[in-house]
Amino acid sequence: MTTVDDLGGAEGFGAVHPPDPAEPVFGEVWEGRAFAVTAFTMGRISGRNLDAFRYALGRLDERDYFDADGYYARWLNAAELMLTDSAVLAPGAVEARARNLRGEHVDEPAAPEPAKPDYAATAAGSLRQVDEAPRFAVGDRVRSRADVDPDRPTKLPRYARGHVGVVEAIQPAHLLPDTHAVFEGENPQHVYTVRFDSRELWGADAETFALTIELFDSYLEPA
Amino acid sequence: MTESIPASLRTEALEQLLTERGLVDPKVMDGFIANYETKVGPLNGAKVVARAWTDPEYKQRLLADAMPAIKEVAWGGGANGEHIVVVENTPTRHNVVVCTLCSCYPWPVLGLPPNWYKDPAYRARVVREPRKVLAEMGLELADDVEIVVHDSSSEVRWLVLPERPAGTESLSEEELVPLITRDALVGVAKVAAP
Repeated sequence: MTTVDDLGGAEGFGAVHPPDPAEPVFGEVWEGRAFAVTAFTMGRISGRNLDAFRYALGRLDERDYFDADGYYARWLNAAELMLTDSAVLAPGAVEARARNLRGEHVDEPAAPEPAKPDYAATAAGSLRQVDEAPRFAVGDRVRSRADVDPDRPTKLPRYARGHVGVVEAIQPAHLLPDTHAVFEGENPQHVYTVRFDSRELWGADAETFALTIELFDSYLEPA
Repeated sequence: MTESIPASLRTEALEQLLTERGLVDPKVMDGFIANYETKVGPLNGAKVVARAWTDPEYKQRLLADAMPAIKEVAWGGGANGEHIVVVENTPTRHNVVVCTLCSCYPWPVLGLPPNWYKDPAYRARVVREPRKVLAEMGLELADDVEIVVHDSSSEVRWLVLPERPAGTESLSEEELVPLITRDALVGVAKVAAP
């Protein structure tokens, strides 16, 4: 499915921000806390399933994805979503505690019985061995799928769908986020770096450049 | 997820709730945060590049198979660095890195990503009009320079080997390190001579 996080090529975001060499790692103390609490949440709740976290980000609505408090507020929102999905926290628990912290007196919901995903990684990290030889070789022309499954996450962004490119490299095989993110199996596949011409992606008037993106085997067909 | 409650307070609430359940330990969190504030940062990537600039045999290995070569010189450990690929900028070819779907970034060599990299405008636009975006960020490239944009859509992470600036021929590896900026290692800036 196409989710809110799929920004490549989207219009209306205005000018980019020039780098600030003096920028601290965390602009405010709470951002570091939100970073750490989210990282540990993923480890403890989802067995370090990074794809599940990325999918939680994608499942946020626009207000929570583009949270006015910034990037780490988005992380916080995704962590809370994963924790309520797993019934580690009751819906509304964070809000109630936050209100009490600022001096209100509200009832906090009782802690539910956790229902964590039935999941254990078969190995550390995301890289896996795939026994079959890669379907494509460096230099092969490939076409990316034009459609994606409407019920699953995907790592095939909108702008890269239905286009012809050339395999530039074969990368180590990975587990497939489309199923891994929803705790339905690792299904490792070969991963290819595919190079596209800018005019193939954006039309004849596009700036001249090349773009590479890593695409999973099932996203591709021979062209 | 309520607009009226600032994220700082929601963070405190979440940390408290998880601490009460025994799911996080604030002291362990302190160490984790400090590690990314002080140890895992772009200095690692700068050391790798300085070695590549001063040792042609190392550079060849780095471009052919980056992971073992990087780990020889500097490695921050942790997540987001299972398979890093290094690409070389030259007078005729300029590489720049983005993650359009999130903010994937090679943490063990660059640390956590800066704000500009996470900015929706950068993520949306650099895959569509990179020359214009780079110019807005202060990097004007000549028309005959080929631009290659790398979208980090899987677990592969990209590190740019910038061009060594003219006038640094007499500098040692150690003297080159502080010249090499994070932004040059992602491809939105060049390294300047001192």
